[in-house]
Amino acid sequence: MFRLEHLYWLVAAFLLASAFLNLRARRWSMAAFWLVLAAPFVFGEAILAAHAAGRGWPAQLMGLGVIVLGLLATLNPLKAPVDEAAAAQRREADARRFGARLFVPALAIPLLTALLYFASRAFASHGMHLFESRAQSLIALGLASVLALAAAMRVTRAGVGAAVHEGRRLLDSLGWAILLPMLLATLGGVFAASGVGSAIAPLIDALIPVDNRLACVIAFAAGMVVFTMIMGNAFAAFPVMMAAIGLPLLVAGHGADPASLGAIGMLTGYCGTLLTPMAANFNIVPAVLLELRDPYGVIRAQVLTALALMAVNIVLLATVVFR
Amino acid sequence: MPDAINYWPLIGVAVVVAGFALRRNPVLVVVVAGLASGIAAGMDAPTLLATLGKAFVDNRMLLVFVLTLPVIGVLERHGLRERARAWIGNLRSLTFARFLTSYLALRQLLSMFGLTHVAGHAQTVRPLVAPMAEAAAERELGTLDDDQRERVRAQAAATDNVGLFFGEDVFIAFGAVLLIQGFYAGHGIELEPLSIALWALPTAIAAFLIHAVRIRLARRVLTRRRSGVPDVPA
Repeated sequence: MFRLEHLYWLVAAFLLASAFLNLRARRWSMAAFWLVLAAPFVFGEAILAAHAAGRGWPAQLMGLGVIVLGLLATLNPLKAPVDEAAAAQRREADARRFGARLFVPALAIPLLTALLYFASRAFASHGMHLFESRAQSLIALGLASVLALAAAMRVTRAGVGAAVHEGRRLLDSLGWAILLPMLLATLGGVFAASGVGSAIAPLIDALIPVDNRLACVIAFAAGMVVFTMIMGNAFAAFPVMMAAIGLPLLVAGHGADPASLGAIGMLTGYCGTLLTPMAANFNIVPAVLLELRDPYGVIRAQVLTALALMAVNIVLLATVVFR
Repeated sequence: MPDAINYWPLIGVAVVVAGFALRRNPVLVVVVAGLASGIAAGMDAPTLLATLGKAFVDNRMLLVFVLTLPVIGVLERHGLRERARAWIGNLRSLTFARFLTSYLALRQLLSMFGLTHVAGHAQTVRPLVAPMAEAAAERELGTLDDDQRERVRAQAAATDNVGLFFGEDVFIAFGAVLLIQGFYAGHGIELEPLSIALWALPTAIAAFLIHAVRIRLARRVLTRRRSGVPDVPA
């Protein structure tokens, strides 16, 4: 069976190769950054196994590594790569030479991901588990990337070295931004372990008139948006806001329907995701990938959609939830 | 009862807000926030480090997408984006608004069927969608200036986000639906995932309509900026 861990080894190999290329170019802090980031992919299973067995030091060392990554990030500010005129001319010439064949590997990523995903599910329903069942679409994406890389190398006649080199260039330009989602999820774990959620609930109770249904709905929606913006994702905000307002006030107090409250409440949080730089993989990473001068350009393009949808969600929450 | 609650861990939330307001490096801010909350909750250093390290390892799946970077890198070096732009440039009837609205619908439908990783900023937006949107806008408006180009690209990325976010919750095996179900189950309310997923549909439809209108408005803003520049054909 193909497991997520196999993909982690590939990620580790790519990160280590990027560290090595940066080391050779004497970009020490960038090299150190990728080197430390390779650790959870190389030693991940071992760290978790040791933790489960009660040996704490590997996880503690990884914790130190996270702090080191935070410090290294400040040494590597994001900057758009410079594009030389000669390189641009060569790309134009290659685009004419290779023509539509260039699309084949690019489109192979989504198409193969879909194909592998459905194949895996079809086999799994007959009892044959090709992919680890909890991560089928992610494994499909990883395998599709490998197959597409083979296709890309065939079409362009580039070697493995060139592929790693080009990948490294994109990775460097993304820099610390690719780490933020992983770190925010980590922060969610630390917050939960240190009791942030249970400290927020009584504060909210003190702030809103709990007898007024509409006030509770608006506080719940606003809380989802604001806390999502702070934490960078709605998953972290949902349990906090549900425990503070959703369950005690809306469901128990005012008789809200749990299913629609949960679904629409979560989507209200997503409006916050459209508005926050903390959701780096959706808002900051693309600004870097698309070489925008304004790092908040993507957020600016989303503000009105997010606010309009938030209004729609509040109306839905105030009506259909209390059928 | 309120006396029994330790409010100090909230300092982590304050650190995130303050760090962002002071424009410190977000990675460092998040690390410091985690440390602050842990210390405020009374964790000792070994426990705090272990909590941090284990949570970090637990979430490493979020980085698997870097495997697409070598593919995209190689293809781009050999002119993928130039080629995508040229191809859309030749399709006369495909306007900027039609192209992005079609992509929005496609992305939302794919997400509804659980195919969230099929598209994305690294997988599709940078190599294909952004250059195609630029080409479509250029055919309508002539050569784009830097400001217009930036707006077109930002709109391409925004369209991908809206399509993903407001499609995925309709898919019952998606994490959010299972998280909602799990939360209620933990509090004694048993729900079918499907009953939760179906309630994501009204917002999904509203998201499509609202963003489709926004794409059309973005196209008008692009034209208005153009009219300030005299030497370009309409």
